[in-house]
Amino acid sequence: MATSVLEHRAPAMPHAHPKTGLWSWITTVDHKRIGILYGATAFLFFLLGGLEALIIRLQLTGPNGKLVDPDTYNALFTMHGTTMIFLGVMPLSAMFFNYFIPLQIGARDVAFPRLNAFSYWVFLLGGIFINISFLVGAPPDGGWFGYANLTSSRVIPSTAAAPAPGLNIDFWVIGLQILGIASIAAALNFFVTIVNLRAPGMKMLRMPMFVWMSFVVQVLLLLAFPVITVALIYLMMDRNFGTSFFMPDGGGDPIMWQHLFWIFGHPEVYILILPAFGIASEILPVFSRKPLFGYTAMVFSGIFIGFVGFGVWSHHMFATGMGPFADTFFSLATMVIALPTGVKIFNWIGTIWGGSLRYTTAMMMAIAMVALFVIGGLSGVMHSSAPADLQQTDTYFIVAHFHYVLFGGAIFGLTAGAYYWWPKMFGRLLDEKLGKAHFWLMFLGMNATFFPMHILGLNGMPRRVYSYPEGLNFEFWNLIETVGAFVLAFSFLIFLVNIIKTWMGPRNAPADPWHGATLEWAIPSPPQEFNFPKLPQVGSSVPQWDARRAAGGHLPEPALVSGEGIHMPNPSFWPLMAAIGVNLTLGSLLFIRQLPYWYGLTLFGAAWLFVSVYKWAFEPAH
Amino acid sequence: MDTRPRRAWRAWLARAAVLGLVLFVAACGENYHQSTLQPKSDITRMIDGLFRTTFLWAMIVFVLVEAALIYALWRFRAKPNDPEPVQSHGNTTLEIIWTAIPALILVVIAVPTVKTIFKTSLPAPNPEVEVEVIGHQWWWEFRYPKLGIVTANEMVVPVSKMVGLRMWSADVLHSFWSPQLAAKRDVFPIFPQTKYKKVNPLWFTADSVGDYSGQCAELCGIQHGRMGLRVQVLSDADFQAWVAQQRVGSPLVDGGKPPAAVDSAWKADTVHTKGQAAFVAGGCIGCHAMVGTPLASALTLRGPNLSHVGSRTTIGANMYENNPTNLAQWLRDPQGMKKGSHMILPRPLTETEIAQLVAYLRMHK
Repeated sequence: MATSVLEHRAPAMPHAHPKTGLWSWITTVDHKRIGILYGATAFLFFLLGGLEALIIRLQLTGPNGKLVDPDTYNALFTMHGTTMIFLGVMPLSAMFFNYFIPLQIGARDVAFPRLNAFSYWVFLLGGIFINISFLVGAPPDGGWFGYANLTSSRVIPSTAAAPAPGLNIDFWVIGLQILGIASIAAALNFFVTIVNLRAPGMKMLRMPMFVWMSFVVQVLLLLAFPVITVALIYLMMDRNFGTSFFMPDGGGDPIMWQHLFWIFGHPEVYILILPAFGIASEILPVFSRKPLFGYTAMVFSGIFIGFVGFGVWSHHMFATGMGPFADTFFSLATMVIALPTGVKIFNWIGTIWGGSLRYTTAMMMAIAMVALFVIGGLSGVMHSSAPADLQQTDTYFIVAHFHYVLFGGAIFGLTAGAYYWWPKMFGRLLDEKLGKAHFWLMFLGMNATFFPMHILGLNGMPRRVYSYPEGLNFEFWNLIETVGAFVLAFSFLIFLVNIIKTWMGPRNAPADPWHGATLEWAIPSPPQEFNFPKLPQVGSSVPQWDARRAAGGHLPEPALVSGEGIHMPNPSFWPLMAAIGVNLTLGSLLFIRQLPYWYGLTLFGAAWLFVSVYKWAFEPAH
Repeated sequence: MDTRPRRAWRAWLARAAVLGLVLFVAACGENYHQSTLQPKSDITRMIDGLFRTTFLWAMIVFVLVEAALIYALWRFRAKPNDPEPVQSHGNTTLEIIWTAIPALILVVIAVPTVKTIFKTSLPAPNPEVEVEVIGHQWWWEFRYPKLGIVTANEMVVPVSKMVGLRMWSADVLHSFWSPQLAAKRDVFPIFPQTKYKKVNPLWFTADSVGDYSGQCAELCGIQHGRMGLRVQVLSDADFQAWVAQQRVGSPLVDGGKPPAAVDSAWKADTVHTKGQAAFVAGGCIGCHAMVGTPLASALTLRGPNLSHVGSRTTIGANMYENNPTNLAQWLRDPQGMKKGSHMILPRPLTETEIAQLVAYLRMHK
């Protein structure tokens, strides 16, 4: 494959982003720049979540670990989960949604460019907000699932027997509300973009698979996030205003929280994994030189997964004692999800079968995603069986399962996407030698860290324990896991080195380094602000291959053109202002108990938000 | 052609296979004392059998799928001057086959699953021993309403008799998990003043005498990690002896009053009288029921009933061995022994008091 890259190495091109400077980034509404902002921010949060994981692993290396206190440990796993899900994997997916949905459907931007900037700023500030909790010594510690009534403990009135809890859970509740606003705004934006802004000729069933899976994800986000929003409002009221939605001592029901949480929480799992499925479905055909096998089956299996994903939430609750009929329904529904997932796996193998496989780092990451997801999927079938889950739930077996799905699946898929699309985003190819070192260490480290968790879980090690005693024989595999975690961390250090090396190197990426199939490869790397000087005409799901074939196998490098006459939205800093308003308004809720006039702060935030939105609405276009 | 590299490669493969086998055996060995793979009761054997069926099918699928993937990766690797591969777009027959075969496998798993669900999720059909399990932050209370026993952290049951559990919590959610005997089920808080009364059942018939460990499996606060428990399975005779011993001074028997003969023997014993004085003066009595004290019959105190604490093998919810050193250290610095525990001393105890209390607590077996 290296040769094909060299053949097409293009001469250095003039800078494709003519606007520079901090202000241009703060006010940008360009989906590509917002994508890069999402990616850079999410990667930093991802490293933070990884750091938390390393401390967790160090604590558990041997029996009776004393590195951190039990309360710190609870905060670490709570924030590890919260960070990785809401601040790592979701925004990393959002980076690819932002950058590549418009490019792949042949659009000049998303449907609502300023709303897009708003989503990013709300996400950034929300992520900072929830992490400030560490600095004020009140990090969330109720688990990423925040089960009531541990989290709903009444704040007012407090007595000596039940002292007022700290702000830990309030940071979590408000932080998630802020992040939810970012997610819902972004989901609406991409939904409308995909429905309305496709290039002429791109019917729904000609969309690239990444766009299709992203489309399903936006629908899941729009349907799942309102549920958690409502649940979090109830929880906040239980904590601060004396309601009893989830408090049994006031007549409420803590199981209702679990139902609400998992009606959001299970689709959330597919929100995390489907983008990676889409990315793998882009990469495998390109490096096999064959179209995606079973395109229609892939589309409908993705839709089916999303749909049934709303009917399986209670498989997280088999131990709550729902009775035999509910257990049966949710067991069978969960098993049914294995079918469309299997269809995807088999079609990926069908895609590479009979192909001519080029082992680039992107391809290897995508293949590993398939291979590792199989393991996570099969362990998932094992605990779809409700009685078996009575042993497995809340043990390390589950931790192993979802790390195979979310690390083996989502992170490998997203990393594959990074190697695949890096040249398009930055005009530079990541180093393949370092990429392969990254891949092998990541693959080795991933399995060393997470595979032994299967063994420990089945042999009786529960989750969320800050230490374990001697005598249960958990030491050996825990030690291996810790070593694996550091190998994993080291592999990402190599990735960082690769990024820095590439960043300092020359622009060496042609428009289409991989012989890609989709529209983003038809334009220069990186694309000009307006993406397409002329909207492309699409006649199949592999338009760039069609063009290459029509040109006799070789396409000339697309020329940079003047964007004169192409209307692009003007930059605006009101999205950032509005995002600050959202954070002020919601963030003020932290002070319900601290300040006598907290609602003054709320009103100030609301006024700020109102002014920002007003200025945004009446901003003149120029 | 030189075949040496190939042989070396095979030798490494053989070594890897041996290593893999050793690790596999180690993984399912007998050395795990809290293992779901070592079931010791009817219900856990049932679940284990179901798991093994599922596991077998999962392994078959795993081997076939990964083998097909690895074969394709090797067989279809790009070679120089490869022509463009056949541009196939899919195959409906294949799609149907690879949907139908997994569906059949799922049916094979689903049928025993549903059968087992209807056995495991219902209350015990006819329990011979009934135990009420009450989760507290961060310890377990076990009450035997028919036998008149209240104890903590160590459940004692007879072998080969069906034990029916009724479980709830006194504060937040917990999950009772005894991997070898009873699997797990969550417990939900019940407060006397409200209508919310979710009592979860679980049952098991232990098939061998032994001492089994378990622990809380639902995040319940700072000490969730060390909210352990033990289940001791005794022969029928040993169990009857244990019952007779535990009934003395139990809140469920004669309002906590011990038999007169026992009471007068205690009153003649300075270990008892001095210890009891320290128990009252040190404030222990505020949270713990204890034989011979005015609150011997209390059932709603914050801490575990200590009437027979000397007979328990561990303290701090299966965290420390119950010996004089650990007990003394626990009384000296409970927060140092178990950070965040609700055991907060009203005032520091003197070393004399600690010595008196240790002797007193160990005397009451």
